[in-house]
Amino acid sequence: MRIGVVTFPGTLDDRDALRAIRIAGGTPVSLWHGDDDIQGVDAVVLPGGFSYGDYLRCGAIARFAPVMNTIAKLAGPPDQVAPGLPVLGICNGFQVLTESHLLPGALVRNEKQQFVCRDQKLRIERTSTSWTNAYSQNDEIVVPLKNGEGGFVADEPTLDRLEGEGRVVARYLEGNPNGSYRDIAGISNASGTVVGLMPHPEHATEALYGPEGTDGCDGLPFFTSALQGVLSA
Amino acid sequence: MGRVVIDVMPKPEILDPQGKAVVGALARLGFSEFDGARQGKRFELEVEGEVDQAVLDRAREAAVTLLSNPVIEDVVAVRAASNQE
Repeated sequence: MRIGVVTFPGTLDDRDALRAIRIAGGTPVSLWHGDDDIQGVDAVVLPGGFSYGDYLRCGAIARFAPVMNTIAKLAGPPDQVAPGLPVLGICNGFQVLTESHLLPGALVRNEKQQFVCRDQKLRIERTSTSWTNAYSQNDEIVVPLKNGEGGFVADEPTLDRLEGEGRVVARYLEGNPNGSYRDIAGISNASGTVVGLMPHPEHATEALYGPEGTDGCDGLPFFTSALQGVLSA
Repeated sequence: MGRVVIDVMPKPEILDPQGKAVVGALARLGFSEFDGARQGKRFELEVEGEVDQAVLDRAREAAVTLLSNPVIEDVVAVRAASNQE
């Protein structure tokens, strides 16, 4: 199972994502933003960072990178029922996914205008995705969160539709760090192949390295899910 | 050389933390007559020659494609810059 990780200029967490994939048992493949070839990978991770410096808006310029044209074509529109290429966007990757219109809504500056960096408790609410099927419904996990523009916003009909169709993948527990509407930490497309998540599961995949008070591996099932999910799709 | 000015503002229904911070700071400095503030972006695009309707149309297209995100922002003005600007 080969999973690609895209590096844009300004990406920071690509190494962690590559390592997380390896720890999960997959074969990590580095992808470059300027290539339109994704080397036949079975799934793609858009990691955290500040693509193209996040000048203009977070993810706005990355959306037009050659690699994103290919990924968008293979992933399909957000309401498509047939499964396309599995894509996980973490933090800046989530911002790139909304700017690419692969997921609805947008990410805006944190409500209190401060960069937030902390261990964050989440509830996994959708497990029928390529990236969360190794969790059980309503599992509570703790993974690091670090963002300045992590407030998820969308208009009321879009939020109602996401809730109604069960497309809220993860929700913040014990405090909303960034003012995200309805405490939403992550969402998916209709088929469950494309997931955007603001916190960072790739930083909690090794014992002793993850948040204190946990075994440090609460984020690993995101990556083991991809291995199972792609096979069963 | 012509210049097109494009103004982009956060949508009214979207929380604008920058504007909120600005209005709070204004009040602290004694500018208490201002009840609200919203902060947007101004872009200036340069073209060779005159800014005609065709250029403005292309500028609007650029504004809705790249310069703004229609989920959170409105393009509120696309106009030729005046000589004084």
